[in-house]
Amino acid sequence: VCLAIPGKIIALDKKKQNATVDYGSGTKRKANVSLVRVKLGNYVLVHAGFAIQVLDEKEALETLALFREMLSLQEAER
Amino acid sequence: MFSLCDKPLADDIISQIAKAKVHLRFMHVCGTHQDTLVKHGLDVLLQQCGVEIGQGPGCPVCVTTPKEIEEILLLAKHGKMITTFGDMTRVPGVSSSLSEMKTEGCDVRTVYSIEDALILAEKHKEKEVVFMAVGFETTAPTTASVLLRDPPLNFSVLCCHRLIPPALQAILQMGELKIDGFIEPGHVSTIIGIKPYEFISNTYQVPQVIAGFEPLDLLMAVWMLVRQIKQGNAVVENEYVRAVKPQGNRKAQHVMQQVFEPVDVKWRGFPLIPQSGLRLRKKFESYDARKKYEDKLVLVAEEEFAEPIGCLCGEVLRGLISSKQCPLFGRECTPDNPVGPCMVSSEGNCHIQYRFAKK
Repeated sequence: VCLAIPGKIIALDKKKQNATVDYGSGTKRKANVSLVRVKLGNYVLVHAGFAIQVLDEKEALETLALFREMLSLQEAER
Repeated sequence: MFSLCDKPLADDIISQIAKAKVHLRFMHVCGTHQDTLVKHGLDVLLQQCGVEIGQGPGCPVCVTTPKEIEEILLLAKHGKMITTFGDMTRVPGVSSSLSEMKTEGCDVRTVYSIEDALILAEKHKEKEVVFMAVGFETTAPTTASVLLRDPPLNFSVLCCHRLIPPALQAILQMGELKIDGFIEPGHVSTIIGIKPYEFISNTYQVPQVIAGFEPLDLLMAVWMLVRQIKQGNAVVENEYVRAVKPQGNRKAQHVMQQVFEPVDVKWRGFPLIPQSGLRLRKKFESYDARKKYEDKLVLVAEEEFAEPIGCLCGEVLRGLISSKQCPLFGRECTPDNPVGPCMVSSEGNCHIQYRFAKK
């Protein structure tokens, strides 16, 4: 039940608090955005029809580099 | 979108874990984590490196109690339109399940979101619509958000939401299993952040890492737990930084606080866990199915309902046995003919085991 899918906000109706989210491969769906502060173009995690968190694009892109750094630090300590 | 694939990096992580020469048992509490672990064979791979990982009570459908199932079945029998998430409809109760009752003419609808249930209530003003609200902190804010919008009065909620940190504490307090570390559920954590887990590390000296759902996320979380243990630490670390902020989602926390208050509840396989459930605050009483239909639910109010005969879902949920150790697994109990909820839900340990690694 806690499954959440990442997607990009491609249309936003702030009044109605809903957005169209593009999940890639042509899948687009409406999501309620009342639980988050979002802008057009943001990546969000969507769970049961609601965006529950904005994904940090910078952190996402740097995740692998961060992992590599942690590993090499550990290796150096041995 | 954000590809998190890097074979050499995965190999590096695994080889460092193996080099640490450990014998540890970790627990996670999330069906999606279990799915990733079993689907990609990481459970077996990590076992070979000395790390056992098992699923605890991390499947909302599975931990819903037999009594809650009887409550919703009773409301269906009384002609209410029942709306809930797909897996919930197939969980067997004492005499029936929601999906069986549907074939007998009861009005049971599967919804993807509580918003779909609300739309049904608006469309069918002549019907009483009950949404069976299951789920952890990830899902509870969606229920709260809808209740704050003044839904029509023919709409109500049978609240079965539960909270993860009190369940982790219950597992440690029961002491049936030695747990060297917890892998915490990433999406629950997007809502609650880091702080609600801290008392567990402080009180029980158990390290915790919040993890995402890609294979690399989980490998890295295991690596981080091993590092903590080697360094003698017991703190909460966050591996899923791209989605989990230290403070969580404040807006979602706020709507939850407005609508719910914590309450002592049972979980399937567990005794009463203090402050581990959510109930609607008095202000939202008119939407509380337990208040609204008190006269009907009185029939099951004082009763205790047993687990299905031979079913070991309780032991599976406490992490004491693997699915395959249950004598019913793959014989009397299959996804087509489930005896207990862990074989029903796609997030249940038995269902996942059956799907990816039957033998």
